[in-house]
Amino acid sequence: MYETNYHRAGSVDEAAKLMDSAESGKFVAGGQTLIPTMKQRLAAPDSLIDLRHIADLKGISVNGKDVRIGAGTTHYEVASSADLAAVCPGITSLAGHIGDPHVRHMGTIGGSIANNDPAADYPSAMLALGATIHTSKRDIAAADFFTGMFETALEDDEIVTAVSFTAPDACAYSKFPNPASRYAMAGVFVAKGGDGVRVAVTGAGMDGVFRWEAAEQALGSNFSAGALDGLSVDAGDMLSDIHGTAEYRANLVKVMAKRAVAAA
Amino acid sequence: MAKIEMTVNGRSVSGDVEDRTLLVHFLRENLNLTGTHVGCDTSQCGACVVHVDGKAVKSCTMLAAQASGSTVMTIEGLSAGGELHPVQAAFKEHHGLQCGFCTPGMIMAATDMINRYGGKLDEATVRAELDGNICRCTGYHNIVKAILAAAAEMSGSAKVAAE
Repeated sequence: MYETNYHRAGSVDEAAKLMDSAESGKFVAGGQTLIPTMKQRLAAPDSLIDLRHIADLKGISVNGKDVRIGAGTTHYEVASSADLAAVCPGITSLAGHIGDPHVRHMGTIGGSIANNDPAADYPSAMLALGATIHTSKRDIAAADFFTGMFETALEDDEIVTAVSFTAPDACAYSKFPNPASRYAMAGVFVAKGGDGVRVAVTGAGMDGVFRWEAAEQALGSNFSAGALDGLSVDAGDMLSDIHGTAEYRANLVKVMAKRAVAAA
Repeated sequence: MAKIEMTVNGRSVSGDVEDRTLLVHFLRENLNLTGTHVGCDTSQCGACVVHVDGKAVKSCTMLAAQASGSTVMTIEGLSAGGELHPVQAAFKEHHGLQCGFCTPGMIMAATDMINRYGGKLDEATVRAELDGNICRCTGYHNIVKAILAAAAEMSGSAKVAAE
């Protein structure tokens, strides 16, 4: 790891100020992606601004169907929240299958969505749930937040503070994890609510997380795995690498979508 | 340089380290607690697992400065009064190790898992919970057996007999 300067922020305001005075700073929350990336010298921020001790960023609140999750909430905390499981089991199950137990104790929902790794799990849930991403500057609809592989609408000194959404009538997440890394080769979050069905796909798309609109229409009139039988995903839009070809991933998307519908 | 202080195995410690120093290196090189191992350096193997504020984390994926102010438990802090911790004793009894390199991380992961699940642990859960710990010798069977035996003993239910 190259040299860096560690700063611990006590508040969101202080964190933003620290970022403004850094040359090439990075916010670190759980650090489960950033620290390994720095160890490999693929990232070399001159300043690391630690958000993990900011109390305002933590906690889950569930009021009826209204859910708000603080950005600093760990995957373990989301996975083990009984209140959240009661209204939105898809997201607790998703959180319980990110990485491994040690990663889940540190990694946070804010860090996951701010990084927008094309194989991260949470972005699919945010899109499918029609979540709002709250930041230190504004509220952003998930559809406008994820702008491409590792790209988001966030400005350099803008901090994700929370996410909120209305719990759907039914939802589930199904992923095919890479057997070595546990990252999604394809992960599909399906949510059925008053305004129809949303199907969001992570791990497979060339531009990161995306919605599979043909599946949404088919499931809107017939919410069953069989409704997807006649559909196919265009392999031309899929990632292709040593872990799997575009055609393989296109098929995985369909299989994971059917499993998610069956589980919802 | 970062001035850090934390409680490690019940002892207050402090040190001046480079900001980029990983927690595992602080434990091994500054505190000479070499029971915590570095296996892969890519955050995948779990040989470096310690407990920070009561939760199992990878000490190779956390800066020492991030852990400043925390309470840390390493494999050296697990036994008390010269007696092996029940998880350590179960690994010995059930041959849960061969070369032993992964064992400190396995045992810290196991104690964390037992803290969370208690006597409700079953074989499938143990195997799923070992996702972040790699062993290249044992094939895992005896590790799983040892963890289940320790969980049964620690939760007060009948001890699972060795097969």
